[in-house]
Amino acid sequence: MSFLNGIAASSGIAIAKAYRLVEPDLSFEKKTVEHAEQEVERFQAALAESKGELEVIRDNAHKDLGADKAAIFDAHLLVLSDPELISPIEDKITTDKVNAESALKETADMFITMFEQMDNDYMKERAADIRDVTKRVLSHLLGVQIANPSMIAEEVIIIAEDLTPSDTAQLNRQFVKGFTTDIGGRTSHSAIMARSMEIPAVVGTKESTKQIKNGDLVIVDGLKGLVHINPTPEAIAEYEEEHRKFEEQKAEWAKLVNEKSVTADGHHVELAANIGTPKDLKGVVENGGEGVGLYRTEFLYMGRDQLPTEEEQFESYKAVLEGMSGKPVVVRTLDIGGDKELPYLNLPKEMNPFLGFRAIRLCLEEQDMFRTQLRALLRASTYGNLKIMFPMIATLNEFRQGKAILEEEKQKLVSEGLVVADNIEIGIMVEIPSTAVMAEQFAKEVDFFSVGTNDLIQYTMAADRMNERVSYLYQPYNPAILRLVKMVIDAAHKEGKWAGMCGEMAGDETAIPLLLGLGLDEFSMSATSILKARSQISRLNKKDMEALAEKALHMNTAEEVVQAVKEIADL
Amino acid sequence: MVQKQFKVTAETGIHARPATMLVQAASKFDSEIHLEYKEKKVNLKSIMGVMSLGVGQGADITIIAEGSDEQDALNSLEETLKKEGLAE
Repeated sequence: MSFLNGIAASSGIAIAKAYRLVEPDLSFEKKTVEHAEQEVERFQAALAESKGELEVIRDNAHKDLGADKAAIFDAHLLVLSDPELISPIEDKITTDKVNAESALKETADMFITMFEQMDNDYMKERAADIRDVTKRVLSHLLGVQIANPSMIAEEVIIIAEDLTPSDTAQLNRQFVKGFTTDIGGRTSHSAIMARSMEIPAVVGTKESTKQIKNGDLVIVDGLKGLVHINPTPEAIAEYEEEHRKFEEQKAEWAKLVNEKSVTADGHHVELAANIGTPKDLKGVVENGGEGVGLYRTEFLYMGRDQLPTEEEQFESYKAVLEGMSGKPVVVRTLDIGGDKELPYLNLPKEMNPFLGFRAIRLCLEEQDMFRTQLRALLRASTYGNLKIMFPMIATLNEFRQGKAILEEEKQKLVSEGLVVADNIEIGIMVEIPSTAVMAEQFAKEVDFFSVGTNDLIQYTMAADRMNERVSYLYQPYNPAILRLVKMVIDAAHKEGKWAGMCGEMAGDETAIPLLLGLGLDEFSMSATSILKARSQISRLNKKDMEALAEKALHMNTAEEVVQAVKEIADL
Repeated sequence: MVQKQFKVTAETGIHARPATMLVQAASKFDSEIHLEYKEKKVNLKSIMGVMSLGVGQGADITIIAEGSDEQDALNSLEETLKKEGLAE
């Protein structure tokens, strides 16, 4: 047995067989064949197997992801039936007497090059479709298994270099018990997904895909950030015991599901959840979320090849608002750019994407796209308690522009005879230090603040959160960060507004005592962290935490702050 | 041989889903079916052929069918185009 060290990205313990989601080796040699007829038959058999596989994938996608996502696989199936592709391959095998692998590859490459050279970007992307289906047929010819995450039918732990949004969208939540990746950190997409799927995950192990083979028994310890490969029976027994304890602890927390979040001295705060899709609502309700503090709408835009329509968006927003039955739902308008790309927008590559053309900056420029989203939101507003939040606001003018556009769309809808809620709060995410510093001015115009700590920390410390070598600068407890958060909270309260936080920090047990002390009103976190946080808050005294926060603001280093929290908040 | 001209009204043109539906509809018939656009002619049973044309909104396209079930094929394709709001 051996083990790997990584970052605990999502808590819990999972024990299951490994399923590698890794690019397979599809290399082969070009050969001449004696019996071309048999070779054509071999090709047709591989074709039939590939189609069978794709049909299952399409049907699964249809069930789990909707007709829209399934359509991609329909197109793939048609490529495999395309006479203009299949006949030339069969002809090549027969006339040139070459093996099916090389006939397939050479013919497909011709089409791939043709599509890649077209000057239409949509066409260029079709090259990827052909590449995809070619790989599938090749894998059957070579007898190599390629990963088909949507076809998993037993409990597994996913092993991958990294998981992209489209990978995770294909995972069957029923069978995926946990995952481990080579790269990534606590705030990478894969980690966020694991928490929203409520499965244990360890990311950033560097070596998972190297060390773990398909079918190896794997333990993912999402509490300590460890991955055990082919553990001894003793280790398994130990972990089963630990798993039982963790479940017991969760059962204890579960008793708080219908309770309010109140400190020992009677101060109430709101514990809300971060979600990415309407599917995540179940977890919010089961974990006693008092609202949705961050609905990341970008998932609606990802993993597809064109913008979602107003109608599609309306349905999603309505589902979330209705699902929360009148509890507050903060919807963040499109936050794309940085580490989240949309290939179909064809945005130029940037040297510093995190400092570039993204989020509200992009929306104020690409107004059609922004207006469509705002209209969908406004139309959905009557189905619950909607609050709209603009991301990446750096200046008051950006906020005013965004708000003016929203007002225009609202007036249009009203003049079209539609009903729009008239109490929609409009707030901003505070991620940029300039906005935190200017919070007093902002507070006069916005209805609320929500501090996005992941970005606020990276911008304040000037440390790219995707760069592992500067990850030591990701310091949520640095007094500099605490001071900025205090400025935001104080500014909000001065104007009678509320201040929340929707970054990772809001659900962190070391940060919670400090944030309580600073007066934060709303804590938005992964749904799975809510009950634990509620239990912690019920044991804390607001008055004591105020004193702790006051001290922390005047400390010299993050380490001193952590030490003080440990002593005073009893961690 | 039968043929008929259409004007594409779909905002997205004949891409992705519409292309898939047309090819699926055409593949049900024995006749040879072609799609003509800007003097280029492709096999309408070939998804890659259809996509390679890059037919956009407002394009004039011609569907040509030849074979035992040519009229049925043309009628069925016309129905698909209209039902899905792709062309008129």
